[in-house]
Amino acid sequence: MIQKQISAYLENKPGQLLDYIQVLGENNIDLQALCIADTEDYGLLRMIVDDPDKAVDLLKKAGHSCAITEVLSVVIPDRPGAMRKALAALNEAQISFDYCYAFFSKEEGKANIVFRVPDNDEALKALEDAGALE
Amino acid sequence: MKEKVVRKMKKYFQPEIETMPREQIKEIQNDLFVKQFRRVYESVPYYKAKVDAAGVNPDEIQSIADISKLPFLTKDDLREAYPDGLLAVPKKDVVRIHSTSGTTGKRVVAYYTQNDLDLWSDCTARAIVATGGSEDDVVQVCYGYGLFTGGAGLNDGAHKLGALTVPMSSGNTDRQLQFMEDMQATVLCCTPSYASFLGESAIERGVRDRLKLRAGIFGAEAWTEEMRRDIEDKLQLKAYDIYGLTEISGPGVAFECEEQAGMHINEDHFYIETIDPDTGEVLPEGSKGELVFTCLDKEAFPLIRYRTKDICVLNPEECSCGRTHIRMSKPMGRSDDMLIIKGVNVFPSQIETVLLNEGLTPNYQIIVDRVGSSDTFDVLVEMPEDLFGDTVAAISRREKQIVSSLKSMLGIVAKVRLVEPKSIERSEGKAVRVIDKRKLY
Repeated sequence: MIQKQISAYLENKPGQLLDYIQVLGENNIDLQALCIADTEDYGLLRMIVDDPDKAVDLLKKAGHSCAITEVLSVVIPDRPGAMRKALAALNEAQISFDYCYAFFSKEEGKANIVFRVPDNDEALKALEDAGALE
Repeated sequence: MKEKVVRKMKKYFQPEIETMPREQIKEIQNDLFVKQFRRVYESVPYYKAKVDAAGVNPDEIQSIADISKLPFLTKDDLREAYPDGLLAVPKKDVVRIHSTSGTTGKRVVAYYTQNDLDLWSDCTARAIVATGGSEDDVVQVCYGYGLFTGGAGLNDGAHKLGALTVPMSSGNTDRQLQFMEDMQATVLCCTPSYASFLGESAIERGVRDRLKLRAGIFGAEAWTEEMRRDIEDKLQLKAYDIYGLTEISGPGVAFECEEQAGMHINEDHFYIETIDPDTGEVLPEGSKGELVFTCLDKEAFPLIRYRTKDICVLNPEECSCGRTHIRMSKPMGRSDDMLIIKGVNVFPSQIETVLLNEGLTPNYQIIVDRVGSSDTFDVLVEMPEDLFGDTVAAISRREKQIVSSLKSMLGIVAKVRLVEPKSIERSEGKAVRVIDKRKLY
């Protein structure tokens, strides 16, 4: 599925992430996945939440910069070899991605992977055709 | 071929001029000025219009005392008259141009006739001789060659003197040190920050004891007495200051003698005034004020009452070196917002222009510092939300693009740091755009 991901640019200084997360916690927004790409000067925060539009609205009102990116989020079986199968499918279709991250699904035995690819539909089709998804 | 002028181990390059009694200097200035004003008024329509607009009757300008009636010229005039509105000779008589850094807006192009170049090289030759220089010297010039006046100015002065000139231009430190050692260079000409860097490098590579440097002529950026001692210690030479600006000719407008106590202004070519930068009022000699130069005998680009924005004090006291020309202090600051970073003139407005062209907000901050002997130059830019990608690669591309646009505007590399939107402090009234942590003045 196409998933709305929230991303934010965090300068490397103490308390930055806390400021963002506080807004979500105070407003009862459920954080499902979070990852940070770190560089020398800044971090890039990426989050999947249950209500991204509301979250962005609240964050902006609180004076934080953030943006929504549409990424591809797929469900695969939570077992050895499943990730390999998904990556092989993308490789076969010659699709490169900028980044990816994975997290447990709330459903038993399943896992989520988020891919940032140039064309979500094309990547989804490649994964489906290869039978890589749950 | 011209015969080489032999001036071996002289104390002055042009003794009769450099030690001329002050009354005589004033007479020369008076004669040159009256002629120069007439000529420029009649041959430069831009200047005529400026004088007319100021309500000055040109017939009233009978002596140098009348100079205070004339309007000032500023960088704005140079921009308005760009590219050749202030040229005072037919173009066929011009043999060269030089230009200041900056590709738009604040660029200055100065023109030179052969005679202008000859007089200019006299000035730089005087500066070299004032350090104890002679035709026996090997002068390594590591100022940039090309449009910048630094390389050409010292190069031609060394030629004039008959010294062996090593025309290195800037950069490539290993090669600089190699030539310095192999050619047994005795005089080094470059910016003080590069001199300091060369000194550090010479020590690191263990070549310092093999160098034969005797004197250094360093200019084009602000430096302190502490830095002088540091360079003298590192390079085992005596460090001399030199002053100049492209608008007036280039390095050599004023230079330090062995006393290292102020720079003698070449008053036979340049008339100097100090003014109150706010009111334009001429101040008595010895007061701190903005330097205003008049070119007395330049032909192609003779500026009259050009405001330098440099704040200095003039010292008319006799100098124990025997030179009678007045001395200026090191510039103690600027009366405008220009910064000199790594020897290059930078106006905050140029940075603003680049950011706006790049689709960014004009909310930025410039942080200049000096680490060791080199300037650091950071530009903090607020990241606009709509431009920010969610990949590190996209942000790096953006940063690189801004760095490259700044470099083509300014000629030097800035470290660009994208910061969060609205994170640069907005102050009431004037924004704090520049934080200069260097202690230069």
